[in-house]
Amino acid sequence: MSLFFLSALVLPKIAWSAILPELILLAAPLVLLAVSALSARRLPTGVYAGGMGAAGLASLGASVWLWTQVTPHGAGTAVDGAIAVDGFSVLVMILVSSVVVLAALIGEGYLRREGIGGPEYYVLAMFSAAGAMLMASADDLVLIFLGLEIMSIALYVLAGLDARRQGSGEAAMKYFLLGAFSSAIFLYGIALVYGATGSTNLPQIADFLAHNVASSDGLLLAGMALLLVGFFFKIAAVPFHMWTPDVYQGSPTPVTGFMAAVAKAGGFAALLRVFFASFGLLRDDWQPVIWLVAVVTLLVGAVLALVQRDVKRMLAYSSINHAGFILVGLEAATTRGIAASLYYLFVYGFMVVGTFAVVTVIARRGDEAHDLGSYRGLAQRQPFLAAMLALLLLAQAGVPLTTGFLAKLYIISAAVEAHSYALAVIAMVSAAIAAFFYLRVVVLMYAGAKSGVGLPAPLAATGAGEGAGSGELSPVAAYGPGAASAAELEGDRPEASRPDGAGGGEGHGEPDAAGVPATIALAIALCAGFTLLFGIWAQPVVELARQATLLFH
Amino acid sequence: MTDVSGAWYLSLAAALFGIGAFGLLVRRNVLVMFMCVELMLNAANLTFVTFARMLNDIAGQAVVFFVLVVAAAEVVVGLAIIVAIFRRRREATADDLHILRG
Amino acid sequence: MHPGLVPVPLLATSLPDAITFAVSAVIVIAGAIGVVVARNPVHSALMLVMTLFGVAVLFVEQRADFLAAVQVIVYAGAIVVLFLFVIMLLGVDRREAVSADPLPWQRPLALVLSFCALGSVLALGFSGAWSTGAASVTGALPHRAGDTAALGKVVFTTYLLPFEVTAALLVIAVVAAVLLVRVPQLREQGGQAGAERGGAAGLEGDPEAVSDPGVDGDPQGLGERDREVVPS
Repeated sequence: MSLFFLSALVLPKIAWSAILPELILLAAPLVLLAVSALSARRLPTGVYAGGMGAAGLASLGASVWLWTQVTPHGAGTAVDGAIAVDGFSVLVMILVSSVVVLAALIGEGYLRREGIGGPEYYVLAMFSAAGAMLMASADDLVLIFLGLEIMSIALYVLAGLDARRQGSGEAAMKYFLLGAFSSAIFLYGIALVYGATGSTNLPQIADFLAHNVASSDGLLLAGMALLLVGFFFKIAAVPFHMWTPDVYQGSPTPVTGFMAAVAKAGGFAALLRVFFASFGLLRDDWQPVIWLVAVVTLLVGAVLALVQRDVKRMLAYSSINHAGFILVGLEAATTRGIAASLYYLFVYGFMVVGTFAVVTVIARRGDEAHDLGSYRGLAQRQPFLAAMLALLLLAQAGVPLTTGFLAKLYIISAAVEAHSYALAVIAMVSAAIAAFFYLRVVVLMYAGAKSGVGLPAPLAATGAGEGAGSGELSPVAAYGPGAASAAELEGDRPEASRPDGAGGGEGHGEPDAAGVPATIALAIALCAGFTLLFGIWAQPVVELARQATLLFH
Repeated sequence: MTDVSGAWYLSLAAALFGIGAFGLLVRRNVLVMFMCVELMLNAANLTFVTFARMLNDIAGQAVVFFVLVVAAAEVVVGLAIIVAIFRRRREATADDLHILRG
Repeated sequence: MHPGLVPVPLLATSLPDAITFAVSAVIVIAGAIGVVVARNPVHSALMLVMTLFGVAVLFVEQRADFLAAVQVIVYAGAIVVLFLFVIMLLGVDRREAVSADPLPWQRPLALVLSFCALGSVLALGFSGAWSTGAASVTGALPHRAGDTAALGKVVFTTYLLPFEVTAALLVIAVVAAVLLVRVPQLREQGGQAGAERGGAAGLEGDPEAVSDPGVDGDPQGLGERDREVVPS
């Protein structure tokens, strides 16, 4: 009997090229672990960061190559229908790969500052990114679930990375318990959908729904509802957002940025694919739910962000607000809406990673200074950081000439086109509320010091302030690193005005004692450069998102 | 081979899921909360196996196979987090996680 | 192709199967309730074993023999033992304070929500067909009891990629366990690094450990940070 099955077993053809980005990000951590285990002495964290950066670049290259393959040949599936190779998944892969590169840069500076050695951050971040990619490209609910688990379990551990801070461990615990809860709900949802349609494969589900008019689809609706709950947990939509502020606040700041970008990318990619592609026929059933959740998410996120004193909590609520915007695109349930959501997701990834990179630097050693007060008068102490943060926050607020503005415009116009006028109005109102708390930080950075320190701005800008100077004239500058830092700061300043020339920070090899490690500065400049460059030169990324959705499998 | 209708199994699984969810929400001991997650995963597994029988389809059983792996990995990570935290503070109650208010 | 099997009448069952199901169901539910209500985590863990065995019996009843074996070996054999090990390691086998419930509305709310969810699932099932899906999409169940070939086949064909990526999960679990168990040593080093500059940070050859006070020209900030870094 078993021999009969062995002979009958035809293994599916594995299109290695179709899963190349995931493979790179799954293999690279194993290499790093092996290197770490085999090396006789402890390697500096830069080695692992280099490995992760190289893996991210390789997977970025593979994703771009995949894009050039998908564009002429159209979408398809690979590995026996488990993976969808389409523009949508490839664009999310490009986003996640870029975030991996940025996370390597930011993590290196952070881990060196905090004195945390070892390859674990890099290993787990890459696994997590691979999980998000799997979620984005999975064409099977089982694979989505596994991708979700790979992404989430690695993120739980990353949240608890900084063993010295109690908040870190507690964030990990909270994230873990609620994440496991939502995973179980999600799994039960898969079970009900499986029972209702007879398959876990998304095209097969869509096929079944297209050919069968269910007389009583209660089971399917219950399954869809549970799937939605699971997704809402992951993307932090409002009734299921309770974990977000605590986890964002407690996690190490680079991890928070990574989590915000990657978990949202993976969660939303799977959500959009499952509900638009598979359950598209049932949109009359799920659209009202999405409408309601989008409204509540938009408003609660914006209003609660207003009252936060802690910048990380504020950004957590702001990320909830952004999730609401992306949901508006799904609610439209049109190709244009999905393209808008995808564009928003893509540019949001860069904005949020850059923002949290700046917060990482400002938090200083120990990763604790997250009170709004730390930002008072930042423009005079750290002009580069202040300029970058102002740019990124204004982009998040949706100020013109940034990608954030285009994203909001795109989403709202898609909603209007789908005749969801009420939702479009609510989205605009929430954007207006949200603009207030972003602007508050910007104003605090640029005007705050006048009331606090009382120095005239030009004087303070030369660095002569007692407590707030950037150190150029302070006694610390006598030390070697301090002098180097002044040069570094000078080198970074031109970037503030010309962020698209982002390579500038690379030349300064020395660790920067003035607060901005070169790697983090590079990452910040890249994010800000992306946000500004493609905010002004809008066509390419918008076109990319539109094409990606047309190539939807 | 059984004759008991799948409806009974599915009802039992739903009840198991409900008890697990209830326990997760009311208990404050993280270890017990974690066991409640396992109850919920088992309810999902039972649902999968039942549907596999009702639909005469092997896929449902294969999914359970993967869920077992996920559950094992989740347990290891979860317990490691618990150990890491509560070695420092010898309390295993979720309400003690009070540094992060909100 | 409206699907599914012919609906089996709810009570038309053969007696041995009905008895097996009834007994296992009672064990499963009793165990689950035991997990939730037991004051002592050790009792909860033992109740969990009971539920897991009951579920394994139900697996056997439904032609999932291999899964039943794995259920017993992995869940009861490994997972629950891990739970018990951690309970004993931490020494938290103590009664939990019931009165100290800071969210008084949470229990009734949980009760209401759980029963709403349960009720709606049951109502959905009884109002329509329990399973409406297409039959045998991926492959039929084996005809002989205990035949695992069909399961093996589908794992290595339809679910080949999911099967392979589970490897990543296991690696993550290993890395996580190593990383988190190493925590106390790291913390001590970190505490030193905070208290007397140098320490763990110096191990990485970190020049900032020396120049740290100059980071932001904020001398009094250093003391604050130290207080925050050193764990209580």
